[in-house]
Amino acid sequence: MNTTQELPKIKHADNTQELLTIKDLHTGFRVKDTYYNAVDGVSISLKKNEILAIVGESGCGKSTLATSIIGLHDTNNTRITGEIEFRSLNLAKLTDEKLNNIRGNDIGMIFQDPLSALNPLMRIGDQIEESLIYHTKMSKKERTNRVLELLNQVGIPNPNRVVRQFPHQLSGGMRQRVIIAIAISCKPSIIIADEPTTALDVTIQAQILDLLKDLQAETESGIILITHDLGVVAEVADRVAVMYAGQIIEEATVEELFSNPVHPYTRSLLNSIPQTHSDNEKLEVIQGLVPSLVNLPRNGCRFASRIPWIPAEAHEADPQLHEIAPGHFVRCTCWNHFHFEGEEGGSLT
Amino acid sequence: MWKTIIRRVLVMIPQLFVLSLLIFIMAKFMPGDPFTGMITPDTDPARIEELRQEAGFYDPWYQQYFNWIMNAANGDFGKSYTYKVAVADLIGDRALNTLWLSLLSVFLLYLIAIPLGVLAGRYQNSFLDKIVVLYSFISYAIPVFVLALIFLFFFGYKLQWFPTSGTVDIKYDSGTIGYLWSKIYHILLPAITFALLGTTGVIQYLRTEVIDAKSMDYVRTARSKGIPINKVYTKHIFRNSLLPIAAFLGFTITGLLGGSIFIETIFGYPGMGQLFIQSISGRDYSVITALVMLFGFTTLLGSLLSDIIMSIVDPRIRID
Repeated sequence: MNTTQELPKIKHADNTQELLTIKDLHTGFRVKDTYYNAVDGVSISLKKNEILAIVGESGCGKSTLATSIIGLHDTNNTRITGEIEFRSLNLAKLTDEKLNNIRGNDIGMIFQDPLSALNPLMRIGDQIEESLIYHTKMSKKERTNRVLELLNQVGIPNPNRVVRQFPHQLSGGMRQRVIIAIAISCKPSIIIADEPTTALDVTIQAQILDLLKDLQAETESGIILITHDLGVVAEVADRVAVMYAGQIIEEATVEELFSNPVHPYTRSLLNSIPQTHSDNEKLEVIQGLVPSLVNLPRNGCRFASRIPWIPAEAHEADPQLHEIAPGHFVRCTCWNHFHFEGEEGGSLT
Repeated sequence: MWKTIIRRVLVMIPQLFVLSLLIFIMAKFMPGDPFTGMITPDTDPARIEELRQEAGFYDPWYQQYFNWIMNAANGDFGKSYTYKVAVADLIGDRALNTLWLSLLSVFLLYLIAIPLGVLAGRYQNSFLDKIVVLYSFISYAIPVFVLALIFLFFFGYKLQWFPTSGTVDIKYDSGTIGYLWSKIYHILLPAITFALLGTTGVIQYLRTEVIDAKSMDYVRTARSKGIPINKVYTKHIFRNSLLPIAAFLGFTITGLLGGSIFIETIFGYPGMGQLFIQSISGRDYSVITALVMLFGFTTLLGSLLSDIIMSIVDPRIRID
């Protein structure tokens, strides 16, 4: 097959625009003295003013990728190799103390579950103020004003009262706004949002997404949006990377990806979105499960086991990312021969 | 909050009534009476009968109960048959002794257990953690009377670092600095013994809580803010980990009055524990019933106190 095909040139020639460049990142977790890579050779970059979405099923390594960037893993049981280039620093090599200058200051993080992401014993105001204490030289009074300003900015009504309240006194949507306020408190150039809307109900989801978009436009920061919800991607993202089993299997602009998805996994994902106006009453699903970290086959196309009707010859022996259109990358060659089960297949040529 | 406290105190009245009834009935079921021990071959049985009559032993039980409870409500628990003094006075002296000993014991206990528990949890599976866990298991496995006797023998008798019995040296006058120091000096060894053996619960609870808290989402949020790791521990993990300890604090405080039977007996320290065991073996009914009543009352009070403490430290719990 195409094993000898050349690696595509590393994308994004315009380096001045790049906020964050990840090169060949591996994040491994220790299970009984062996490290298993949950993120397995990811290269991607984030530009200024851009919302980059990373999508995939649960367990595909997208959250691990996000937390690897600011080193939030248990250092005793995690091994991170590769480059995370940010302001000519390699974040993967920094000590915890050095990273503390970047966390919350240059890179803000928003987490999935707002119900548990705030300290239950601490007042809202104090929790937002904390990062200001460590990253700015503001006086107590300036900090208090900044906290109120932030609460206003994220659309919390009655900030003067909320600063004195505890997390359990706020609704899920309000708490997520507080977490966003924490993330943007020091005006970071990058915001990593790890499934920011998953735990919220649909109407609140839309509000939070709008808020994120507005903040991004205001602050000109870059956002990495981790999600499994393709609806969210279509709504806010500029560029999308689809992850499967620790690897990026397709990357393209959001328009390109939705109009011309090529990788079997991406196509299956899009195919499994329920269509209310279609006559098809069957919910399309992808066969099987994401292989577990320990049992993951490390060579060959990792998606092969879930499309067993595609002949083995269709896959590359060592699947690489191929640029099939400007800025549109896809891993492995199986996409050429892919068809949904039961449909007429293309022939192997 | 005050409304709740008053309501809780009012609920305690029927609880205390049931408790007193149970205590009274059980005390009555105990074989023998204080006069049994006075019988010698020369005793005139008629005289014993007379004493029993006088003490009201042949009144109907409800009459006896009524007399007892009415007097008790007025702070009169009768006279100790053994010591021939008012039970209230007897308990008052002993309670004070026990309180001093218990306060120091519990202070030392937390002083040892809290840092060890937090460190063991923070550096889980490290050498330090293993040592702490080993210590807490060993201290849990050693019976208190064994360590108390060993300490008494070495530090009291062999090395003569500490006094071996009593509460204060008789050469000091009450109220002087020397008197106070002598009191502390006397409770030091029993308090250390108690503290060393009592740490297991606190250490294990804290260690587990810290380990759990480390992987909590709010700790990850705190770390994502770029707070130095030591601050994450002191400001976020530590306080949350203390919650279960705080839940027991009310019981611990009121439980101080109970004293420790072994410690007090071995170190010859006249406290509540010793009084309790002596009054049982001496069939000193008035003292037994008064003590059990008191312990029951403090337990009820402890649960109320725990609730109040919890509502102060955890904003999610409000009693109103």
